[in-house]
Amino acid sequence: MALQNHLPAAISSSSSAFLAPSNLGSSRASNASIPAKKIGVIRCVAAPHEEKTTYKTKVLRNANMAKLQAGYLFPEIARRRAAHMLKYPDAQVISLGIGDTTEPIPDVITSAMAKRSYALSTLEGYSGYGAEQGEKPLRAAIASTFYRDLGIGEEDIFVSDGAKCDISRLQVVFGSDVTMAVQDPSYPAYVDSSVIMGQTGQFQQDIEKYGKIEYMKCTPENGFFPNLSTVARTDIIFFCSPNNPTGSAATREQLTRLVKFAKDNGSIIIYDSAYAMYMSDDNPQSIFEIPGAKEVALETSSFSKYAGFTGVRLGWTVVPKELLFSDGFPVARDFNRIVCTCFNGASNIAQAGGLACLSPEGLSAMREVIGFYKENSEIIMDTFSSLGFKVYGGKNAPYVWVHFPGRSSWDVFGEILEKTHVVTTPGSGFGPAGDGFIRVSAFGHRNNILEACKRFKQLYK
Amino acid sequence: MYLCPPSSRYCMPHAASSRHPKLYLSRVICNATSEDKARLGHCTKVPRNVNMESLKNGYLFPEISIREAEHIEKYPHAKLIKLGIGDTTRPIPHVITSAMAQKALALSTDIGYTGYGDEQGNKLLSALELLRFDLASVKDLREVIANVVYKDKGVKWDEVFISDGAQCDISRLQLLLGSEVTIAVQDPTFPAYVDSSIIVGQAGKFQEETGKYQNIVYMRSCPENDFFPDLTTTPQTDVIFFCSPNNPTGTAASRPQLERLVEFAKANGSIIVHDSAYSSYISDESPRSIFEIPGANEVAIEISSFSKFAGFTGVRLGWTVVPKELKYSNGFPVMKDFNRIVCTCFNGASSIAQAGGLACLSADGCQALCRSIDYYHENVDIIVDAFTSLGLKVYGGKNAPYAWVHFPGRSSWEVFDEILERAHVVTVPGAGFGPGGEGYIRVSAFGRRESMLEASRRLKSLLK
Repeated sequence: MALQNHLPAAISSSSSAFLAPSNLGSSRASNASIPAKKIGVIRCVAAPHEEKTTYKTKVLRNANMAKLQAGYLFPEIARRRAAHMLKYPDAQVISLGIGDTTEPIPDVITSAMAKRSYALSTLEGYSGYGAEQGEKPLRAAIASTFYRDLGIGEEDIFVSDGAKCDISRLQVVFGSDVTMAVQDPSYPAYVDSSVIMGQTGQFQQDIEKYGKIEYMKCTPENGFFPNLSTVARTDIIFFCSPNNPTGSAATREQLTRLVKFAKDNGSIIIYDSAYAMYMSDDNPQSIFEIPGAKEVALETSSFSKYAGFTGVRLGWTVVPKELLFSDGFPVARDFNRIVCTCFNGASNIAQAGGLACLSPEGLSAMREVIGFYKENSEIIMDTFSSLGFKVYGGKNAPYVWVHFPGRSSWDVFGEILEKTHVVTTPGSGFGPAGDGFIRVSAFGHRNNILEACKRFKQLYK
Repeated sequence: MYLCPPSSRYCMPHAASSRHPKLYLSRVICNATSEDKARLGHCTKVPRNVNMESLKNGYLFPEISIREAEHIEKYPHAKLIKLGIGDTTRPIPHVITSAMAQKALALSTDIGYTGYGDEQGNKLLSALELLRFDLASVKDLREVIANVVYKDKGVKWDEVFISDGAQCDISRLQLLLGSEVTIAVQDPTFPAYVDSSIIVGQAGKFQEETGKYQNIVYMRSCPENDFFPDLTTTPQTDVIFFCSPNNPTGTAASRPQLERLVEFAKANGSIIVHDSAYSSYISDESPRSIFEIPGANEVAIEISSFSKFAGFTGVRLGWTVVPKELKYSNGFPVMKDFNRIVCTCFNGASSIAQAGGLACLSADGCQALCRSIDYYHENVDIIVDAFTSLGLKVYGGKNAPYAWVHFPGRSSWEVFDEILERAHVVTVPGAGFGPGGEGYIRVSAFGRRESMLEASRRLKSLLK
């Protein structure tokens, strides 16, 4: 039979190799060692003392990559965590650093994904390539769940494999010649993707900022909303609310000012609403609640923190028809072209999960899990408040932003890790105005949250 | 249903109907006059990306979808046979889908829940997975790909980066390489290499006369050169995109040919991006990976995909291998920068898809998938026979799920139209893959046997 000919060469002899224990070596013995993470840490300079025999291509390294200062923030945190676990193999390390969800996904959602998986084994249920923009029922469900009565239709929704990926795709749409503004502090993907695209100048060590980026300071003094009268005009404005890392949520009044600012300046707001469902206060959950926003903003969001989909990978971006480049060309058309050329749609199984998330039962189940994480936030906020710290966020987001005035945030991060075995995230990882703050994430099993808080109380009593 | 309302000059991406999933009418004129602007309302002051303006049309395959949809509107009762877009049709074997279902259900349990995986591919295991498997024998997808797909080819697990597919990886590689590099592509070629190059700003101006972009080197691949470019006349470029087995021509490069390519890259200091998405279709001794060639680890990156191997076109899973030995001119390892891109611009392939990938590469999975590949091979034989019996020269088929049919002296879009209009069969015009594709039609072998046989009948009757 022709079977043998079609097997990838190795397979025919490898089935036993696949199933047999392998000699993985001692580095695998400790599950604290995560060798893959080390890659992100190595400083971005070529070692001058290469062996003479090492071949080099003649391809110049992309200068934009060379501008990046270190690895992306969260792999750095993971590396530190791993190193700590190696150092203290018996310590019960608690991870409140990377905002990774921990609670199981509700049954109604996973059973829909299991069902879709099995369906792919049937003639009637098999589907190949889907629409790059997403399956129509999911797009419609997103529109009606999150954007009802806001003038956003399913055709404005682009389903993706997550907000982080969409941020880079948006950068590719806009190209290297646009200028951008970010909140300071902010989710690092905005700045890093901007550097990679070539929009920025060099990193300036003294002020810890990249040239050509407008950093909009967000601190307790200005209620974590930038003083727009001091912000220079840029083409693009990244704005995240509820905010990662500060946890702060912009009010209707503030967002109205932001939309006006964008309109007056002819700018485009990229509004990140990945944490909108964590909102307790009566703040807008979508930029499109603000009149006129469709002409100046697009919005990106994610199922990651709502449905525990951090590993499943599903999100969306809304690009209104009314959003136009200076020559009148619709931004959505270019975004669509990128989605069709640089992407091939979110996984059909994840999309089936997404649809289940937005059923009445799914929404109710998601709200329950979100409620659980919000309770965690409260516990963490109470703990730090009771210790006399100024604490921000927590109420409208799963992050607590704790002030350690006058202290280096990496030092505090190191101290907390060393002395309590709790991983947090140092505020300066999010921008220079994050220094002096620590972000504590509220994702965790309740017992871990309680234990972490107990340890914080011991350390800082 | 998918056309723009007449009053709207600009077509927006329309919601797809379940029958026509990939519709987007992209042929509307792109420039607004000042009258248009007045009607349109507020325009931002953000200039459109000039690279996007350089793109001539929509991406090729959505364009084919549009034509399909138009045809169905026109002939609602014709039984359209789709041999255009290379979309797999055979259901995925149960051993694989049940692994994915199990993973999905495990995500509902305390012990089985996993959140973020490593961006490069899942290594962090749930407590359940740790319990179920002896730790020493647990393999994640990166390891399995290194050990199974690249057995004895010297690829290490940490050189494997799991992705949501080759199309996405191509763009991530372009982001990595940046706007200043020069590229060479085969002509004809899978359009994503050229389109992504334009988008990133490498390609320079489009030249109407030649149908080529100024800064791109097009390496002619035709029957006269056995579909392998004449490297003696190929200018040096930083990057060489090479797809084998080839989409669209179906040709697989031989070992001596790939050795020449690696030598060429080494002599020129170039990086080969080798696309091996169809390697599981090889039926002769052609190399299945560039890493079968000694020295390739110093000059090549390889991309691949579960799409055509496992019917994962909708599930979304692929990988890229970047060897540690591959270095920029200043000695900096390419892998480190690619890792940075993957960590910053991506967040890993779906954990459920990865569980499926592991099952695909198990002995049972492979065996089951080989049956599907055999089925498609039999399909392509039917297509090849049909055209051959009409006296047409047909290429490909043996090592790929595509037949590349020569219609000398004819415009490929005209032939495409004729076959569509009169036989109700969708194909892909060769010109969509580059100027070197003119005069050819690509016919894909994904579909039901009955469809192949029916298409064969219709083509014979149309073209005799």
